[in-house]
Amino acid sequence: MRDNAVKLGLKAFSTDRPISIAIVAMGGQGGGVLTGWIIELAESQGWVAQSTSVPGVAQRTGATIYYVEMMCANGTGQRPVLAQMPTPGDVDVVIASEYMEAGRSILRGIVTPDRTTLIASSHRALSTIEKMAPGEGIADSGAVADAISVVAQQEIVFDMNEMAVRNGSVISSAMFGSLAASGALPFEREVYYDVIRKSGKGVEASIRTFDAAFERTIYGEPEPAAGEAQKIRTFALPERLADERANELLSRIRTELPEPAHEIAYLGLQKVVDFQDVAYGGEYLDLLRDLAERDKAAGGEARGYEFATTAAKYLANAMVYDDVIRVAYLKTRTVRRARVEDEVGLKDGQILNTTEFMHPRMEEVAATLPVGLASWLIARQRLYGWLDRRINKGRRISTYSLRWFVSLYFVGGLKSMRRKSLRHQAEVKHRDAWLSEARDVLMSNYDLAVTVLSFRRLIKGYSDTHVRGLSKFDKVMTTTKSIAARDDAADWAGRLLTSAVKDASGVELEGTIKTIESFS
Amino acid sequence: MAERSFAKEVEDLKLGKGDLFRGEGILAITKALLQSGVAYVGGYQGSPISHLMDVLADANDILDELGVVFQSSASEATAGAMLSASVMYPLRGAVAWKSTVGTNVASDALSNLSSGGVTGGAMVIVGEDYGEGSSIMQERTHAIAMKSQIWLLDPRPDQSCMVNLIEKGFELSEASNTPVMLQVRVRSCHMTGEFACKDNRRPDFTLKDALNNPKRDLDRIVLPPAAYEHEIEKIKTRMPTAIDFIRDHNLNEFFGPTDADKKGRTGLIVQGGMYNSTIRALQFLGLSDTYGNSKLPIYVMNVSYPTIQSEVDEFCDGLDAVLAIEEGQPEYIEQSISTVLAREKRVIEVHGKDYLPMGGDYTTAVLTEGIGKFLADHEPKQLGNRAPVPDSVPTLTDPAVEKLRNVVPPRPPGLCTGCPERPIFAAMKLVFEEMGDHHVSADIGCHLFSILPPFNIGTTTMGYGLGPASAAAFNVKGAKRSISIMGDGGFWHNGLTSGIGNAVFNKHDGVFVIVDNYYSSATGGQDILSSRAFNKRRKTNNSIVAAVKGIGATWVRQIDRTYDVNRMRDVLMEALTTDEEGPKIIVASSECMLNKQRREKPQVAKAIKGGRRVVKEKFGVDEDVCTGDHACIRLSGCPSLSVKELDDPLRDDPVASIDTTCVACGNCGEVSDAAVLCPSFFRAEVIHHPSGWDKFKDAVSQPIIRYLQHRRERRAVSFEVQGT
Repeated sequence: MRDNAVKLGLKAFSTDRPISIAIVAMGGQGGGVLTGWIIELAESQGWVAQSTSVPGVAQRTGATIYYVEMMCANGTGQRPVLAQMPTPGDVDVVIASEYMEAGRSILRGIVTPDRTTLIASSHRALSTIEKMAPGEGIADSGAVADAISVVAQQEIVFDMNEMAVRNGSVISSAMFGSLAASGALPFEREVYYDVIRKSGKGVEASIRTFDAAFERTIYGEPEPAAGEAQKIRTFALPERLADERANELLSRIRTELPEPAHEIAYLGLQKVVDFQDVAYGGEYLDLLRDLAERDKAAGGEARGYEFATTAAKYLANAMVYDDVIRVAYLKTRTVRRARVEDEVGLKDGQILNTTEFMHPRMEEVAATLPVGLASWLIARQRLYGWLDRRINKGRRISTYSLRWFVSLYFVGGLKSMRRKSLRHQAEVKHRDAWLSEARDVLMSNYDLAVTVLSFRRLIKGYSDTHVRGLSKFDKVMTTTKSIAARDDAADWAGRLLTSAVKDASGVELEGTIKTIESFS
Repeated sequence: MAERSFAKEVEDLKLGKGDLFRGEGILAITKALLQSGVAYVGGYQGSPISHLMDVLADANDILDELGVVFQSSASEATAGAMLSASVMYPLRGAVAWKSTVGTNVASDALSNLSSGGVTGGAMVIVGEDYGEGSSIMQERTHAIAMKSQIWLLDPRPDQSCMVNLIEKGFELSEASNTPVMLQVRVRSCHMTGEFACKDNRRPDFTLKDALNNPKRDLDRIVLPPAAYEHEIEKIKTRMPTAIDFIRDHNLNEFFGPTDADKKGRTGLIVQGGMYNSTIRALQFLGLSDTYGNSKLPIYVMNVSYPTIQSEVDEFCDGLDAVLAIEEGQPEYIEQSISTVLAREKRVIEVHGKDYLPMGGDYTTAVLTEGIGKFLADHEPKQLGNRAPVPDSVPTLTDPAVEKLRNVVPPRPPGLCTGCPERPIFAAMKLVFEEMGDHHVSADIGCHLFSILPPFNIGTTTMGYGLGPASAAAFNVKGAKRSISIMGDGGFWHNGLTSGIGNAVFNKHDGVFVIVDNYYSSATGGQDILSSRAFNKRRKTNNSIVAAVKGIGATWVRQIDRTYDVNRMRDVLMEALTTDEEGPKIIVASSECMLNKQRREKPQVAKAIKGGRRVVKEKFGVDEDVCTGDHACIRLSGCPSLSVKELDDPLRDDPVASIDTTCVACGNCGEVSDAAVLCPSFFRAEVIHHPSGWDKFKDAVSQPIIRYLQHRRERRAVSFEVQGT
């Protein structure tokens, strides 16, 4: 070997190896900028550096990877041969611009405990699959955290996106700061600044973000402010409310409901009263008291009154249905405008307006009318159809124009009509039937009764979505009733609920139903 | 105008002798073309070649100065045919495209070109879109090079090597009267690096010279009997000349011990593009250092077709076994090496795909394993005492990582925020909800993302611009109509004739949706015939509607704002139900949002800075109105429309939420109206620098609104705790 080396005019077999950095990101979100900075950084120090990427279609929001290798050349004039893609088990630094992408990099095998520094932002950008589920479908970030603690030699994980936004910059600046602070590269902090300055765009904000990330990486999370330190949820009902009407309801919770249900019942009560009035709140508590008594009789004390607590939650949701009055009411509140102002970052001298996209149908209008009038209209198909043609169309409503605001305000104030309305009649009927199903199984199967209460979760949305929700609810309820006598009925009911929540097409739910039907 | 501007980078194309070029591979290739004295360049965009086309477009002034003609070709077939300028005249020309798809499209022209042969150097630069990140079928360009006899250059991923091979490639082409192909992989196109520049060269002979002194030679035209002569010429003259040239100019390279130093029994024969990964693999096996000083002899085929017999002979001297390293299948190089050696009755084992996988990326890990096994069988002492190779298996089998496998969701590419194609598919989904599913032929382009969630629309894709053509069989009266989709890019590439013309002629009864977003968007926003922007070097603003009418279509509907979901749905419905005969053509037009934003954002920022009245819009969701059913997301998939958890123990499901990247395209609102979803969406309009009238209206309405709000809130039951 030695002869050969001499003959080729080379130094002896070198043991130098490059530093490798993989940047995993979503297409079009700044991975390229960071890659450019890192190359610039290395080259400015006389190193040889090479980056590669596979943009292609991935640049349209898909997961993608950038790869950098750098080396301090040996001075013989020989250029190192650098690799074009990361090798699992041989990567020094992995930088992930999103938390699940950090998880994906672990699955690629490029994060290994013997060498890899993992720099990852803990924020989530949800994938389409996660967002599509008709209910909760978000991937478990805890699994990523668990894996990181096992596979990374050094982990630097915090919400870099939030830090960047707070400092008026983009995430690449924060990741660059963490890279500098990680000690993975042998370059001075000042050199990083030079690179940012040379890029010439938003320099000040980038450096501010860089510094924040640098400090955060070195010193860890800032001490939480006093008072915020221990945020363990302990709940106690307020002593006394200023409004006597509210206070009376509050004391009813205290005296009539078991303690574990207090928090939810108190929140539920506020929701119900806000929806309608004090009397409606009283009705909520009447129903709840009855359910809590039955809970006690069924041995609920030993179960922490789970039945009553669950009822407090779902009964409130059932009583606060989404009708046009509620929508108009919510859209015209002060807090709503304040929320929008905050969202758009409204500044002095700017004027805000909002446009609503509403599509009322005769169905919603009729449902709001008193039962008698509504039934009369529905019986007259031609008139009903004629009215529907007038009403059933998309409307763009300028919320804060005087004309529209007053109209919405008026509709939002029609609460006095609500309890006589067709919709209310239907909702009460549905609610009573649901509660009675839960009551019926309570004595024989406590868990099943709790699950039956939580079926209410399936009913949501407006128009067709609402109808589909109702039909899912019915299917789940009917199937559950058919197996109510089984010991494992609660498990199956839970499975039915989960499959209905996860899959909009209903295929999964049908599958579970088929399985259950095969029992008999 | 393209998505990415290279205005700054193209300055580097002016570098001359003594300068060091430093930058991306695609720019280095462009510089090499200018150093080679090309007279004309052309091509068709598509990753990884898009940026080459963008660089050329941005380098127009430099090209003008050098007298180089640049054409944005209508298709790869056009680009391939353009090389015919080099048939009779000593003109150097280069064209570029994505391969193998582009090479397939161009193959007719390439066959004719290589049959007659060339006088001037003709080069095709193919971006080999193979392996990770690829958007096409996994095939090798190698096959086409062989069957048409086009020399295939596959340089080591090193810019000096790439540049040198381009310069030498033109000489090779001229010496052997044969076109050459330069194959560059995705990573090499986007790889940064450096090389020592030469001065750019003006073409010695120009297109003007050619036009003013036309020449013809019947022997160069593909017609019998000349065509038979061409074949003999290929075999007898061009191939041997090429082989001599390649050997004499050392286009292929030998690394590691040679001649007397070659004491081992094994060697590697490597396709140029695989060199870097091979060296890294050898490094892991303790057989090379980072500088490429290898203990194993390596023969690098920077020319992967043809095989140079004498070089193979020389390399194999003293070896018992060689391993051919070539990516993709089938194993053309391995076969060729075997043939060469077998004919000589050499006793040497040729291996390749028996140690390495037949298909897929040849990553370092794959090569380390394959080379390791090869050496273990044929020369185990080479492996000796070595450090353990990097191994991620123990990590990947950790329970915490195993668990992660079921957690991390897939993240395929999708339509961008505000994409005008989203409402088209939302409308189609609404139509299907009413009329049942239909057969949908998809096409190549951004619109192909419709096949993924949340839309799940589209059954097949048969090639660029071939969406309508691929529905040709479904011309059946009385059945549900087929729907085909094609982008404006595919339309001008070939779809006007292959799809629409065909449907008109055959009285096809189907529905044809042409997605017109003013650019060839999927490839990076290049201008095409129907682009609406003014382009001083090209004639734009040519109507798709006029074109389809011109070709004979009668039922044609133009939708000028795709975001109008109601209209989109109604027109689709009409197309599916009308009694009119022949193709039902819908041209759905709205500007690509990526390009629109790039164009408008600076203007808006400038207007605001200049104190002018500007209304900035953004969509939002009222979280208390939203019930968390996510029906809107199932009709959208917009990156800016996400979900968020509320801090409310009464609610189970996250509600919809729109982040700050929203561009207020309106899709959310339109869809929620068309599908009668819910009233949660709103559009927030912020007036910057309001006019007097704005201020007046606000000053009148706001106090009244506030009065009403406070009045109601005062009367409401308050749950405020006493004493606070």
